[in-house]
Amino acid sequence: MARPDTARLQATARACRVQIIRMLAHAGSGHPGGSLSVIDILTTLFFNRLRFDPKRPDWPARDRVVLSKGHCVPALYSVMARAGFFPESQLVTLRKLGSPLQGHPDRTALPGIEAATGSLGQGLSISVGMALGLRLADSSARVYCIIGDGESQEGQVWEAAMAGPKLGQPAHPLDNLCLILDYNKIQLDGFVKKIMDLEPVVAKWKDFGWPVLEIDGHNVEQIDKALDQAEATKGRPTFIVAHTVKGKGVSFMENDPEWHGRAPKPAEAIRAIREILGVSDAAWGDYVKTDRATAAIVAELERLEKT
Amino acid sequence: MPPKASRAAFGEALLELAATDDRIVTVDADLSKSTMTIGFAKAHPDRAFNVGIAEANMVGIGAGLALTGKVPFVCSFACFIVGRFETIRMSVAYTDANVKLVGTHAGIAIGEDGYSQMGLEDIACIRALPNIPIIQPGDETETKQAVAYAVGHQGPLYLRLTRQALEPVSPPGYRFQLGKSVVLRAGTDVTILASGGTVSNALDGATRLAAEGVHAEVINAACIKPLDEELILRSAGKTGHVVTVEDHSVAGGLGGAVAELLSEVLPTPLRRLGVSTFGESGDPRGLYAKHGLDPAGIADSVLKFLNR
Ligand SMILES: Cc1ncc(C[n+]2csc(CCOP(=O)(O)OP(=O)(O)O)c2C)c(N)n1
Ligand SMILES: [Mg+2]
Repeated sequence: MARPDTARLQATARACRVQIIRMLAHAGSGHPGGSLSVIDILTTLFFNRLRFDPKRPDWPARDRVVLSKGHCVPALYSVMARAGFFPESQLVTLRKLGSPLQGHPDRTALPGIEAATGSLGQGLSISVGMALGLRLADSSARVYCIIGDGESQEGQVWEAAMAGPKLGQPAHPLDNLCLILDYNKIQLDGFVKKIMDLEPVVAKWKDFGWPVLEIDGHNVEQIDKALDQAEATKGRPTFIVAHTVKGKGVSFMENDPEWHGRAPKPAEAIRAIREILGVSDAAWGDYVKTDRATAAIVAELERLEKT
Repeated sequence: MPPKASRAAFGEALLELAATDDRIVTVDADLSKSTMTIGFAKAHPDRAFNVGIAEANMVGIGAGLALTGKVPFVCSFACFIVGRFETIRMSVAYTDANVKLVGTHAGIAIGEDGYSQMGLEDIACIRALPNIPIIQPGDETETKQAVAYAVGHQGPLYLRLTRQALEPVSPPGYRFQLGKSVVLRAGTDVTILASGGTVSNALDGATRLAAEGVHAEVINAACIKPLDEELILRSAGKTGHVVTVEDHSVAGGLGGAVAELLSEVLPTPLRRLGVSTFGESGDPRGLYAKHGLDPAGIADSVLKFLNR
């Protein structure tokens, strides 16, 4: 892979953050914290890494992403829309009756979703099975699975952790599988450390036989480099610990368990969007006049506030 | 044909079908000697995956394999399969993954191991999911055809198999069809619907009833979901009395499905025979007698039901 165009990826991630806030505000419910912590990873995957064709979501040679922490699907929808799987205008139908944008991923409703998730702990097993199936078919496609730190308390994760480096050996090792931990240190009820600490997480996965990489999960260059290293690693799947900040990009959401599963009100959403775009309160009025796309999103949110 | 366990017939069928269909793979959780995928595993070591004693992971891996075009048979005891219901619900059913779930050691007929190893609630659990057909074959012939059907069926499916040998019951020239049941013995006084391990006992029960002047119609309901509604309603309309006989909890299994059908469409006096307690250790015959699922028990229940 070529070196990432860092500025382009950062701009894309910003745009996706805006869409996450927008769709959650329109839905009136959902999970901003973990969506904002995982978006730089998803952006780097979709726009600098994955081989896919939005016109042929079932193309057998496509790389696959299984978002095991399915409640963060707004982040996935935002990159899928941008990648052309469906129009961005559809994002505001999230969680609405009849929409393919279900509150948690539904494979049968939205082409491009690889597996139904939302019951935490299941995505890695599915990903192990996919990686094995692709190996058996001599496919060069890769599988990327993303789990949460709270999710890692589920027993099935550790069943799959045990299987990943061993299944298919020696003829079909699962080095086409890469697991990424969105280590944002917060789960639903509070801080992971206080509820049921994961540490020492690196040592655990190493002991289970996975090569482990540790990165800043908001640094697209580090993400990309780790994905390179994972792809170059032969004989075993790779585990990437991505240190992240829950609610990243919005000051009042960052590191606050309250924003795990609460949607912003329209006024909060507009403030969040302003912060994501890095515009001061004083400059906001002038900024919106120059950025028509954002102005439209803001106007839409202002209308929402009135209803 | 000598009697044969449906799990054994399954193992043989799998081996035969796999010779010409390399999409077929197996996923086991340290019970391949019992689920009888061991023959397949020996013949195709590169297509048989044993994940260890980790059934949720087994189900999920099966889903992943299915999503890349394989036809995975995911096998364990019926109780341990539905023990991972939450994974079946999401990773298989809602994902609509083409996984063939195989639950062996159905019911109290496993005998000595006792309740912990008995699949007694599996039909009730799987039946609540909207997209998983449930097939419980009654003998070797039907099992082999059902396995072949399962390979061709697009979508998830559940096969319920026995540990114990089953007497041949299928009529000559029988062809398995999803959603179709077959009348094994025609009668006019009562309809007996049986499935899997109880079919030959229902037939023997009907022979006893004939000696008492009661003409029972015996139907093999291998397809528990979807039910052969047309056949069941026609028979119930004719006899006016229906009895279900199954080696499963009386709640939510074949009896439950038939009760739902009759009460909505054609209210008909119904008696559900099955297991209404936890299972226990014992010899299989003794257990069937204790729970009224042997020929004498079935005949007795029918006579009482008909007030004879
Ligand atoms: C099996 C299961 N139990 C409980 C929940 C409810 N739930 C949704 S999100 C969540 C916390 C997840 O925390 P984490 O994995 O750290 O996700 P993130 O911080 O990335 O949002 C819980 C408990 C669930 N979805 N699935
Ligand atoms: Mg977390």
